[in-house]
Amino acid sequence: MTKKEIGSRLIDWIDYRLPIFSSIKHSLVDYPTPRNLNYWWNFGSLAGFFLVLQIITGVVLAMHYNPSAEGAFASIEHIMRNVNYGWLIRYAHMNGASFFFIVVYIHIFRGLYYGSYKSPRELLWWFGLIILLLMMATAFMGYVLPWGQMSFWAATVITNLFSAIPVIGDGIVNWLLGGFAVDDALLKRFYALHYLFPFLIVGFVILHISALHTHGSNNPLGIDSGGPQDSISFHPYYTIKDLFGLSFVLTIFFLVVFYAPDYLGHPDNYIPADSLKTPAHIVPEWYFLPFYGILRAIPDKLGGVVAMVSAIFVLFLLPWLDTSKVKSATFRPIYKKIYWLLVVDVVVLTWVGGNPPEGYFILIGRIATIYYFSHILILMPIIGFLEKPKKLPSSIAGTVLKQKRENVDNNV
Amino acid sequence: MFSKFFIRFLFYIFSIYFLYISLSFSAGKSFELYDIKFSFDGIFGTFDKPSARRGLQIYREVCSGCHGLKFIAYRNLTSLGYSREEIKNIASEYEIEDGPNSEGEMYLRPAVSSDNFIDPYANINMAKFMNNGAAPPDLSLIVKARNYGSKYVYSLLMGYKDIPDNFDSLNGYYNKFYPGHIIAMPQPLYGDDVEYLDGTISSLEQEVIDITTFLTWTSHPEMVDRKKMGFKVLVFLIFMTGLLFLSYKKIWKPVKDGSI
Repeated sequence: MTKKEIGSRLIDWIDYRLPIFSSIKHSLVDYPTPRNLNYWWNFGSLAGFFLVLQIITGVVLAMHYNPSAEGAFASIEHIMRNVNYGWLIRYAHMNGASFFFIVVYIHIFRGLYYGSYKSPRELLWWFGLIILLLMMATAFMGYVLPWGQMSFWAATVITNLFSAIPVIGDGIVNWLLGGFAVDDALLKRFYALHYLFPFLIVGFVILHISALHTHGSNNPLGIDSGGPQDSISFHPYYTIKDLFGLSFVLTIFFLVVFYAPDYLGHPDNYIPADSLKTPAHIVPEWYFLPFYGILRAIPDKLGGVVAMVSAIFVLFLLPWLDTSKVKSATFRPIYKKIYWLLVVDVVVLTWVGGNPPEGYFILIGRIATIYYFSHILILMPIIGFLEKPKKLPSSIAGTVLKQKRENVDNNV
Repeated sequence: MFSKFFIRFLFYIFSIYFLYISLSFSAGKSFELYDIKFSFDGIFGTFDKPSARRGLQIYREVCSGCHGLKFIAYRNLTSLGYSREEIKNIASEYEIEDGPNSEGEMYLRPAVSSDNFIDPYANINMAKFMNNGAAPPDLSLIVKARNYGSKYVYSLLMGYKDIPDNFDSLNGYYNKFYPGHIIAMPQPLYGDDVEYLDGTISSLEQEVIDITTFLTWTSHPEMVDRKKMGFKVLVFLIFMTGLLFLSYKKIWKPVKDGSI
């Protein structure tokens, strides 16, 4: 008997009892995928990669980190200076968080453009948003762990937001803090939860992918697959395309990790936490800036918190707020233009969030906040009704191959 | 296909540029720092070791009266080119409290290579008491902990000027680059503050370059290793991205042709 036969018999034996090989084949090899996905569809697998990178680097960091108000800052310096390649692991983890958010934000904006949240993918969209919320909680708690000035004051500002809740607010704040001020108790529970949440994210990623594989990927045309001629197998076509995209993004990632590792962070976080000294401007990490911009646009504390939280929760309603039957913005002449206004609006909110709330930043922040909510709550439902979409193509394969022929004709 | 590739590339450039804009706005840059080039700037920049060693001399003779360097161990000085013997000698000039010994007593002993730099003050309260209530910051991370890092440290040390008429000098000294311009630290370096062991003339600018180089090393001791490894990693990744792109094109050819 040859080696190969032993191998395949072993695989058959296992697979008969626990079908891991056939399910891998089903969902990663043969899985039928639309043939026309563009580069914007690379970002889902990229997000998965950065999640795994964060977990691996994070577990290694946890082996050397000391979660106490006394020792946290020094243990980070111990990692940076004494642990073998500790600086590489920590810089990869710090910047990995930023890249995770970049990739996920692009992934979300792709879904927004191509209507990937519409029937039958509403739950898929919801799981994605839950992952985003968990990511934000994880990233925030992770930022507190080095116990630098920004860690400490960000924790103070954010936990104090809960005091905006009427009547029970102050009680909730004390409960969260485990005391009456940001201190050791808070640091320890944040550490425990920062270790736990990534595994909750993994759970929701599994749900996200299961929901995805039930009806398959959406595609740039937004029309359903009509048959085998519209699909190609995931392997080798999308495995190689995802690998190429990953390699490209990793090049940029490591450019930052090796040559500008502190660029996305704040210098104040290399000053040990001091409860008696407030930094001149308390700013969150860049990926929270649009939400911070919304929080500060509202002159009332409770109102600001409600607006900030709603900014994400309105996205849960998108499948019903978007009244258009057509998925892809390619065939929606008005929505296609309006979409970019939302992108610009979020960029403006990020910019406002990074600046002190004074002068014209307040006005710009308020206009951008009003636009954000009007876009989702008013413009999207109305445009869906008023707009006359272009004629949808009859099939994916037909459109792709027709384009191909036209390109050839044009070149000739 | 290249145009799509290009658009995505532009998108990254745009987002990085945008972050740069928003960060520099949040930094509140209100005055121009001195434009100075250091030996450690750029992709291949390394520390000028003789300069960093002179910087250590300035630290020991001037700064260490008030500022600690608690995250640096004497043994770390090997990366500035000191031999083990030299480091032992430097360390043994300081005394450190250790203990308790087998009789339960604390005792003083000379520092050894594995000890961290000795703090000038026994504790933070003493540091505050001796300096009108504001403890001088530890310098281990000073370059990382300030916007514009080395450039800022250089400019600050060069930035002591006579007090303009409209400033109240009661609380400190005038510095062109310190936020708010009134700094509690008196001008530490004037030129000729030390007699360099290697015979270099100790002009003010030479001293400031040297101490800035030394303090950049204490903040980023891994910098040279990091840049070297980064270069190899990037060369590999660019090559691999090229190969993967060609493989992608080849595998997808039948799909694009419509033969699949």
